[in-house]
Amino acid sequence: MSLTRQDVEKIAHLARLSITEQEMPVYVTSLSSIVDFVAELSRVETGGVEPMAHPLDGQRQRLRPDVVSETDHHEKYQRNAPSVQAGLYVVPRVIE
Amino acid sequence: MMHNLSLGELADRLAGRQISSVELTRHFLARIERLNPSLNAVITVTAAQALDGAAAADRRLAAGERGRLLGIPLIHKDIFCTDGVRTSCGSRMLDNFTAPYDATVVARLKAAGAVMLGKANMDEFAMGSSNETSYYGPVKNPWDTTKVPGGSSGGSAAALAARLAPICTGTDTGGSIRQPAALTGITGVKPTYGRVSRYGMIAFASSLDQAGVFARTAADAAAVLQIMAGFDPNDSTSVDTPVPDYPALLDAPLKGLKIGLLREFFDGLEERNAALIHDALKIYLSLGADTVEVSLPHLPLSVPTYYVVAPAECSSNLSRFDGVRFGHRCAQPRDLEELYKRSRGEGFGAEVKRRIMTGTYVLSAGYFDAYYLKAQKVRRLITDDFRAAFQKVDLLVGPTTPTPAFAIGAKVNDPVTMYLNDIYTIGANLAGLPGLSIPCGFVDGLPMGLQLIGPHFSEARLLGAAHQLQRATAWHAQAPGGYE
Repeated sequence: MSLTRQDVEKIAHLARLSITEQEMPVYVTSLSSIVDFVAELSRVETGGVEPMAHPLDGQRQRLRPDVVSETDHHEKYQRNAPSVQAGLYVVPRVIE
Repeated sequence: MMHNLSLGELADRLAGRQISSVELTRHFLARIERLNPSLNAVITVTAAQALDGAAAADRRLAAGERGRLLGIPLIHKDIFCTDGVRTSCGSRMLDNFTAPYDATVVARLKAAGAVMLGKANMDEFAMGSSNETSYYGPVKNPWDTTKVPGGSSGGSAAALAARLAPICTGTDTGGSIRQPAALTGITGVKPTYGRVSRYGMIAFASSLDQAGVFARTAADAAAVLQIMAGFDPNDSTSVDTPVPDYPALLDAPLKGLKIGLLREFFDGLEERNAALIHDALKIYLSLGADTVEVSLPHLPLSVPTYYVVAPAECSSNLSRFDGVRFGHRCAQPRDLEELYKRSRGEGFGAEVKRRIMTGTYVLSAGYFDAYYLKAQKVRRLITDDFRAAFQKVDLLVGPTTPTPAFAIGAKVNDPVTMYLNDIYTIGANLAGLPGLSIPCGFVDGLPMGLQLIGPHFSEARLLGAAHQLQRATAWHAQAPGGYE
């Protein structure tokens, strides 16, 4: 196993995912097999190669005129929210 | 029967008032009601809105308006936001999500008068190659309901193959249009990255995702792509280049066309699969094309490269699902951190969690350079290989998949084996190239696909080459038993 249970617990925490006891061994095995599989890349000679983040080289981010383009839709958008009060999203208390 | 007519034939009948859009819409809604329960291809049927849309199309037709898609029914993959209609992305996370606006693809097709019948099942968040990761259950392949239809756009492909709609939309991040098109015996087109707007298309891996279309023929697909494609200021990677008249270019002569045969695609290819490809190549030679063998030495690295890049982007994109603004929220969280963790743990299925964790790992401190940056470098080597090949040839021809449709359940416990299904399709996504799959015969009674890949913005040439093969063959006209 290239990843331990502790590794997977740490990754799950970073990803803010709760993983059940039953799921954990399955992820240790399958994530290890994926990490082993992609390790093939380490054998490729990539000296001097620029990392490629975007498939269309040379495309620039466009700028738009600095004018109002959005109207207020908060009521419509907040209809999908689990909990809303007075136009605000409600979450468990963060500051005592 | 109406469900076997081409888009051109349907448009003629609608224009001639031999049928109305309402009649056509009722015909397909009835097929969905009768045939979908055994396929699970469509997960939301919007019958009332469809009939309203069809009536509106009939009024436009009566007023003398004409259009290739005016009054034509279609089904959208449930990854596209549809205003006022549940948009689940195949996930429990979004089971309760009603999109507040239309994706650009949806809006453009709606404006052209196309009539949405409903939303298609899919692998959860488009992560899968068999449509088995959907929260709504697996989709069955209409050619054999014990087999998968491919994925992630498996619901769209199965619905199209079963003649539940004449058009279905899809998205392709690593093969999610071409692979299910191959496994269900239909035509599937993945355009150049940036050709079709991603606005309102729920993101998986933003540097790879591209919207496209399923149809029975390349000619039908050309008519749909004509409407879907084009610049959208709402998508920062949308490309502002004119859209050619795809339907008008379908018959451009193939004489002198240089077809590249990728050595890496044919090495180790199963004999019966290879024979079907060579049959298609003979037809291209008879149409005046030439074949040239080419090699892309880094192409075998595309699957490992993809399984670093795509999960990394997915891990970042799916961080928006936090149980606060939309989507699933767990019951009675103790604090905010538990709200995040349990909402995400409960809302996402196993494969989505696996990809998020893979992505989180390759982006984490200490591993970023070794995995993510390395994969981005190999991505450039693969892209450079394609660029070099397109100096010598006009398009590349090969298989779409290594095998025909496999049994439901056969690969669910082995992610790496599942990932290797996309071995022939992923390269085009990494390089942002257009590709398509068309039916080219059968192995073990199941359809197989021929894949064409071209340089950036060569959709017209690909569609023309596919169309002219379809004029010389009849594979695309075969319907699965019980769905004729």
